[in-house]
Amino acid sequence: MPPKSDLPQGTLDLLILKVVALGPVHGYAIAQRLQQVSRDVVQVPQGSLYPALHRLEDRGLLAADWKETETGREAKFYRLTRKGRAQLETEAASWERLSEAVRLILKMAEGGAQ
Amino acid sequence: MNRWLRLLRRNEIEKQLDKELRFHMDQYAADLIARGQMPEEARRQARLALGGSEQVKEQCRDARGTRWFEDLLQDFRYAVRSMRHKPEFSAIAILTLALGIGATTVMFTVVYGVLLKPLPYPDPGTLVSVHAHTETWNIAVYGEQNLAYLDFLDIQRESRCLELAGWVYNAGTLSGPGEAEHLDEFEASSNLFSVLRVPLFQGRAFLASEDRPGGAPVAILGYSLWRRRFAASPAAIGAPLVFNNRRYTVVGIAPPGFRLGGEEADIYTPAGQDTSKYMQKRGPHPVSVIARLRPGEKLVQAGTEVAILGKRLAEQYPDTNKGRGFGVQPLRPDVGDVGPTLWLLLGAVSLVLLIACVNVASLLLARAISRQRELAMRVALGAGRSRLIRQCLTESALLGLSGGVLGVLLALLGIRPFVTFWPGNLPRIEEIHLNGAVLLFAIAVSLASGLAFGLAPALGAPTRQLEQTLSAGARTVAGHSRRLHHGFVISEIALALVLLIAAGMLGRALLRQSSLDPGLNIQNVLIARMALSPATLANPAGIRAAWKDVLDRARRVPGIDSIAIVDTVPMREGNNQLGYWTNAAVPPENQQPMALATSVTPDYLKVMGIPLRQGRFFDDRDQIHSEPVIVIDDVLARSAFGRDDPVGKRLWIPEMGPGPLRVVGVVGHVRHWGLAGDDQASVRAQFYYPFSQVPDPLLRRWSELMSIAARTRIAPLNLVEPLRRTLSGASNDQVLYEVRTMEQLASDSLARQRFLLLLFGTFAGVALLLACIGVYGVLAYLTNRRVPEIGVRMALGATASDVMKLVFRQSFGMIFFGLAIGFAGAIAAGRVLARLVAGVQASDASTFAISIPLLILAALFASLLPARRASRVDPLMALRQD
Repeated sequence: MPPKSDLPQGTLDLLILKVVALGPVHGYAIAQRLQQVSRDVVQVPQGSLYPALHRLEDRGLLAADWKETETGREAKFYRLTRKGRAQLETEAASWERLSEAVRLILKMAEGGAQ
Repeated sequence: MNRWLRLLRRNEIEKQLDKELRFHMDQYAADLIARGQMPEEARRQARLALGGSEQVKEQCRDARGTRWFEDLLQDFRYAVRSMRHKPEFSAIAILTLALGIGATTVMFTVVYGVLLKPLPYPDPGTLVSVHAHTETWNIAVYGEQNLAYLDFLDIQRESRCLELAGWVYNAGTLSGPGEAEHLDEFEASSNLFSVLRVPLFQGRAFLASEDRPGGAPVAILGYSLWRRRFAASPAAIGAPLVFNNRRYTVVGIAPPGFRLGGEEADIYTPAGQDTSKYMQKRGPHPVSVIARLRPGEKLVQAGTEVAILGKRLAEQYPDTNKGRGFGVQPLRPDVGDVGPTLWLLLGAVSLVLLIACVNVASLLLARAISRQRELAMRVALGAGRSRLIRQCLTESALLGLSGGVLGVLLALLGIRPFVTFWPGNLPRIEEIHLNGAVLLFAIAVSLASGLAFGLAPALGAPTRQLEQTLSAGARTVAGHSRRLHHGFVISEIALALVLLIAAGMLGRALLRQSSLDPGLNIQNVLIARMALSPATLANPAGIRAAWKDVLDRARRVPGIDSIAIVDTVPMREGNNQLGYWTNAAVPPENQQPMALATSVTPDYLKVMGIPLRQGRFFDDRDQIHSEPVIVIDDVLARSAFGRDDPVGKRLWIPEMGPGPLRVVGVVGHVRHWGLAGDDQASVRAQFYYPFSQVPDPLLRRWSELMSIAARTRIAPLNLVEPLRRTLSGASNDQVLYEVRTMEQLASDSLARQRFLLLLFGTFAGVALLLACIGVYGVLAYLTNRRVPEIGVRMALGATASDVMKLVFRQSFGMIFFGLAIGFAGAIAAGRVLARLVAGVQASDASTFAISIPLLILAALFASLLPARRASRVDPLMALRQD
């Protein structure tokens, strides 16, 4: 297993929004999904997941309903609001721009070394 | 869900949070079990993975935007609980604060109503006053110069920036319907009410056509006269009345409480109908002028315009208007000299509040230290420092606000008695109410005091060395808090000393002044203003005969020893200041020395008991056609003639005519400005001139100002009714009003000093009491904390008196520093008092010599009980205590 690294500051919200965008989902499933998708590279401390969810809900980016899961227990399912979807798009776009920029800089540095 | 809705459903939200996290853990554990973990181990790992569910919950709560409010509610509930938990502590703290805040609120209510509140007219910002000024006008003596009526009319007509209105103070006799009565009158321009934008209570204002000679004789009644004489009947409109021998028809009623220049008139008449000479010339200037800036106009433009109009008038009428200019100023209430006194009292009362705050702060600090372990425990359980400070501040703010609410209630009860006890007339007294501004002030003061006394204990909240605090016995006092405690006591003693010395200085000034010789015999003298029958005022001969008749009749009333008439009476409001010179080359008016002029009849000296020093007083030889004579007092004799014998010398007094006046006698100085104020007064020199020599044209005006003064053989007030009956005149419309005895006037002249002394004495007493409670509380607390130490000392052989010395040494240190700081403060306060209150001496050594030992004794007395308790510590018990 590759060594785990911490999540860069501010990206947790983006990841959560992305996961929730796929359909209503409860907190535990979000944690699971994040772990699977990032192939265990990104460590999401479960403790910081819930405060982030509550913060996003408070800002109106997420909404939540209590629904039954397939096992018959009640769980809090989060879904994206319209505002949340817009936020996801802008943040995703800016993340793309940023990572592209970082990649370019790294490449240039390599080129300069040659 | 809406944020505020969520706030209301906090419990449910907490439940949901709990449920959500439990679901997470259960799912995780279930997954782990599915992967083959033992159930126990799976649940343990699930809990660990989440990292402490309480912390996560706390962070989730933080993530919600309403967190601060929830905390506030929580702190508030906690504060209420802890207040209820210690009822006597809370009661003492709240009561102390309530007294301080209540007293401060009362003073601020008065200061606000009298000094700060805008004038009670709509849109007061666009109101200005218009004044005249001439080079020779002595503004320090006479105040702002009013306008001549004709000048007023010209400027009113010409001005484009201003809408001018004016009025003239006057007075007269209402002789019907009903009993004759003296009335205060305003002769007003017809637009007065419309310029002020004040609607009449009933009826209408004057018409422009009534505001000129020969207009229909109409009058507006003052609200209180209307209620008094017409029983508030609407039928008063259109009713006839006889005022100053003229028939008027009432057309309107002024609104309740309507005042001009701080005065309430009984009756208003159109100024244009007054045909007196002083209204027809440009020399005299009786008109008070206010004006409203027209929309869009500024004060500066109005000033320029009025100045230009003045220049034009000066060119047009050089005889009267040469050198006379005009100016405008924002309209401000005229409150006389009460301003400094009120600020002084507000300052003194703030000192008391400060002491109250310090007392509560030291109480709170003592409590905070006993709660240190509780606070440390809460830090250990995850409370942040800012959170703890916030909670401490919430507690003290709650204390402050409770004190504030109670204080405002006290102020509500206290404001009327306070205003009633105010000596003499408090200007703008009708404006003094508890209102929004005052409430805002009270809330601000309560919160500020809450913060002030809460901050020190709150900052003492533990942060580091938690284990130490937790493991330490409850009975250790950190050096930091001991220094704070000492600081509190020191500042209390300092503040109390300042107030004690201020009260002492006032008391000594009052004692000194009461024993001063007023310069006359104040016993058995009756003073009353008198208005002759309006019918007699028509011609000078009639006036002279009428006064002679008054004197003759009054002299025959049993119990009257002697009687005189006089215009200005010592120690009563009103004076006539005139410039004088000792040769014919008289300089301009504002360079002449001034003296108080009094017009009297021959028996005045006998009535007042003023000693004759040289020459003679007036007698029947001094008539209108004989040589004009005056009698001067010894102050004027000294300043005008030095050591020369003044009798037979001459003085030039331009206001009384171009020729000189012969000095025929010298009398003793009378404290005209009152026992308290005379030494500091700017004009002290006095002279008397015979009423019989007042020239004919002035006689009518003078007669409106005269009072009778009688020396009586029995109690003076018993003679008021006989005199009234005897002097009512043939047509039953001569009236006596403003009846006083000389003793009352003398006592009133010290009233403000007495009142200040009473208040300062009360403040100083409260301050002393609070300081003693503070010393006692702090020492009791500190000593209590030192019980184990004292136990050890006693076990090692210290005697009871050693222990008492230990405590006293501690209290001596605090008292010493407090006195040193208070001494400096008291010297500064003494300077302020000496400047503001007549007769107070700034360097009053004996006051210091009395106050300081008094304070030391009180403070030592307060430390006696803790010291004795300390000396009775049982070493065995003490050592076992912790």
